[in-house]
Amino acid sequence: MAEPALIHPPQELLEGPAGTPMSYWKLVWWRLRQDKVTLTAAAVILCIVLSAVLAPYLAPHNPAQGSIRKRLAPIGTPGYILGTDEQGRDMLSRLLYGGRLSLRAGVMPVCIALLAGSTMGILAGFMGRWVNMLIMRIMDIFYAFPSVLLAIAISGALGAGVGNTIIALSIVFTPPITRVAESVTTQVRGWEFMEAARASGAGTWMIIGHHMIANVVAPIFVYASTLVSVSIILASGLSFLGLGASPPNAEWGLMLNTLRQSIYVNTWVPVLPGVMIFLTSMTFNLLSDGLRDAMDVRL
Amino acid sequence: MWSYILRRLFFGIPTLLGVTIIVFTLLYLAPGDPISAMVPSDAPLEVVQMIRQQMGLDKPLPVQYWRWLTRVAHGDLGNSLATRRPVLNEIRAALGNTFLLAVSAAFIGFTMGVVLGTTAAFFQGRWVDKVASAVAITGVSLPHYWVGIMLIIVFSVTLNWLPAMGMQETSGGSSLWTLLRHMLLPSIALALIPMGVITRMVRASVLEILQQDFVLTLRAKGLWSRTVTRHVMKNAAPPVLTLMGLQFGYLLGGSVLVETVFSWPGSGFLLNLAIFQRDIPMLQGVILVLATFFVILNLMVDILHSLIDPRIRRT
Amino acid sequence: MIQRNALLTVRALRKYFPVRGGILQTVQAQVKAVDGVSFEVQRGEILGIVGESGCGKSTLARLIQHLIEPDAGEIRFSGQPTLATSAAAFKAFCRQVQMVFQDPYSSLNPRMNIEDAVAFNARVHGDSRTTARTKAWEALHKVGLRPEQFGRRYPHELSGGQRQRVNIARALVLNPQLVILDEPVSSLDKSVQAQVLNLLQTLKHDLGLTYLFISHDLLVIEYLSDRVLVMYLGQIMEMGSTDEVATAPLHPYTQALFASAPSMNPDERLDYVPLLGEPPNPMNPPSGCRFRTRCPHAMEQCATTSPPLLPVGSHDRYVACYLYSDQAVRPG
Repeated sequence: MAEPALIHPPQELLEGPAGTPMSYWKLVWWRLRQDKVTLTAAAVILCIVLSAVLAPYLAPHNPAQGSIRKRLAPIGTPGYILGTDEQGRDMLSRLLYGGRLSLRAGVMPVCIALLAGSTMGILAGFMGRWVNMLIMRIMDIFYAFPSVLLAIAISGALGAGVGNTIIALSIVFTPPITRVAESVTTQVRGWEFMEAARASGAGTWMIIGHHMIANVVAPIFVYASTLVSVSIILASGLSFLGLGASPPNAEWGLMLNTLRQSIYVNTWVPVLPGVMIFLTSMTFNLLSDGLRDAMDVRL
Repeated sequence: MWSYILRRLFFGIPTLLGVTIIVFTLLYLAPGDPISAMVPSDAPLEVVQMIRQQMGLDKPLPVQYWRWLTRVAHGDLGNSLATRRPVLNEIRAALGNTFLLAVSAAFIGFTMGVVLGTTAAFFQGRWVDKVASAVAITGVSLPHYWVGIMLIIVFSVTLNWLPAMGMQETSGGSSLWTLLRHMLLPSIALALIPMGVITRMVRASVLEILQQDFVLTLRAKGLWSRTVTRHVMKNAAPPVLTLMGLQFGYLLGGSVLVETVFSWPGSGFLLNLAIFQRDIPMLQGVILVLATFFVILNLMVDILHSLIDPRIRRT
Repeated sequence: MIQRNALLTVRALRKYFPVRGGILQTVQAQVKAVDGVSFEVQRGEILGIVGESGCGKSTLARLIQHLIEPDAGEIRFSGQPTLATSAAAFKAFCRQVQMVFQDPYSSLNPRMNIEDAVAFNARVHGDSRTTARTKAWEALHKVGLRPEQFGRRYPHELSGGQRQRVNIARALVLNPQLVILDEPVSSLDKSVQAQVLNLLQTLKHDLGLTYLFISHDLLVIEYLSDRVLVMYLGQIMEMGSTDEVATAPLHPYTQALFASAPSMNPDERLDYVPLLGEPPNPMNPPSGCRFRTRCPHAMEQCATTSPPLLPVGSHDRYVACYLYSDQAVRPG
């Protein structure tokens, strides 16, 4: 959905400093730079990702090691800043390490679905007729399931494990991306410059490569970026149900599950993993929104 | 227009068939022998073979599929491996509970969504808009199962106002009041995502209409306030209604996580249980029923949309 | 009638578009976009094709450029048939015949800068990056856009007139012999129109081009074309030199068209409505002569068969109307 109040730079600025021409991507970058909210979100995501990547160096304790004596220490306990979980393991370390699995399970499926979905969608959109019908009808069948249900069904069938979660979620996200790709490709195909390209005598692949891809990539990518936040919530949700990461691994959804029973003892420690999921999902949402606004330039 | 409806129904059949194929194959992909779940591990081989033959598990896959499909078409979803009771009965009871939850969550979510979205659109750019949009994006980013836990922490554990689990008091009382008390927290948790999605859609849809020339024309004629508002809402309605239909489908099918948190005895809870007990017939049954509901819902939404929106004119 | 200098010959060209509907999306009707069109374009002339929206002019343009394939008929270029050709033959054909499109906004790739857009045509035919770029710069020079200034710009940074010039440059890069112009100035402001039209004339003169100029704007056609062809609902109604057709139109449709063209002379007013009603549905055209439902002179025989396009008078003049059947010059 287009936000009507676009930040459209005045004519002089469209030319950039000293009359340098502005390509579409430069325009997008220019608009992004103006959007404080999106920039902040991007910075936060960077911090989260870095903290997950650098977890081995940042974590004060071993995330898998705990002692029963120290279980469910409250937040602010010296040495265990964010408290300990029901097995006495340090929460901060587990949150940091948890990010690795949660982020991977959240982002990877969208990347895989982006590749698979774009290929199929562009093919369907460009070839039209039988190929289109075949691909889209198959996608419709997967569309017939609500995403959570499909994710659980596939995960349940394949068994627990982060790898299976990634497979399941990739399958869940491919149909919507295929739909968007097909729709955009069909739209672009109808524009006159595509006819002009054909009139030059160019072959199919040359036209796709030189003219179509550049126009089609942006909307598909923007749509896929909106799926990341959903993916993170779903991936953690699957672990929450026991279908994803398994103990003693640290993963935010799994931690929520194991800590759930402890809310009657130490109320606030179970809150923490959820905060991480929320924060990550929220910032990805803000980032994808900002990206969509920046890319939605009416040229 | 009728041809569109008929065509849609016609093409719904292969989709439904595809759904059954997926449900069937999915559970045969599952590692582990379904027999081992039913029979003690020290049972003699002949007994295992006999049971296998009895259940028709020794026949080739397409044959098994066909037999299963014909049984299902007659309403026989088999018996649960865990409770030995017919799957269909269990699902029926559970689905009713989920429906209850879904309807109340839809009520909360959709109403909030429409209110927030419309307000945001009419006051576009001002702080009201920013607040409403922030609420919407928060709703979509919050993991609803976590919110459920948080609500329990705040309202059950700390304040002890509302119950944390189930549909009824353990003492057995089941008045309407008890039901509502139990239903409130899970409904709120479940309503968050639809609220967020609907808010954003309503806002975008209403904004798009507000920008159109015919609204400016009406305003230029001095016809502001209620008449114009009515026109605007009428025009903004179709995509929103379609989305609401879809969201209701998601509520029905995707309530697993919230039901697990609150131990609400709905279809999602049943699904969870079935996965861990490796109760294949139950699993197949629940997924099939939910998916079928979703397909039919989508169909109805599509048809309704084509009826409401005069721009969709199919010959 | 076939003259030696004919660059393009079109014979009995036909294109129907199926309309699908109903439950199974079967073909329910045909849009008879182009229905039996025959004409020739002489080397070095500008042939104008004029008609209302929906008369089939754009379809005709795309048929000649081979963007769509006809259902029946023949197209010859320099005497050679161009139909049913392979991909390589199509490519070679595109070097000879190029097209300038109507909408300056959507006919340029928004993600490609100007010099790349123009150079693409050259690169298609095997030129290296540098050679193509040089050719693009030459073409941009010819249309009056300084490549140093405009080459690296993007379409959204140009005005409508400038974009249309880029369109023309792109068509000229391959040094074609025939250029099909599909309403090239219709989307432009009047003042810009004049500039582009003059540019087209200069280019034709300097490069020895032949134009097939399509427009719904009579004044533009009058200004630019040597000969004119009047189309209605997929068929040719009248054909001849622009001067003759403009001063003394024969076909009732042509008469109405020229009568309704706006004039700069305030004293020139019409006291009758030139044309009644709306053009009929191209899916269901009237039997016989397609114009008879709006024609003030309709006769009985107009409803039975479609009048053929026959030469009239001594010059190169053709009319499809029973009013002139006695004046028709019969062969032999």
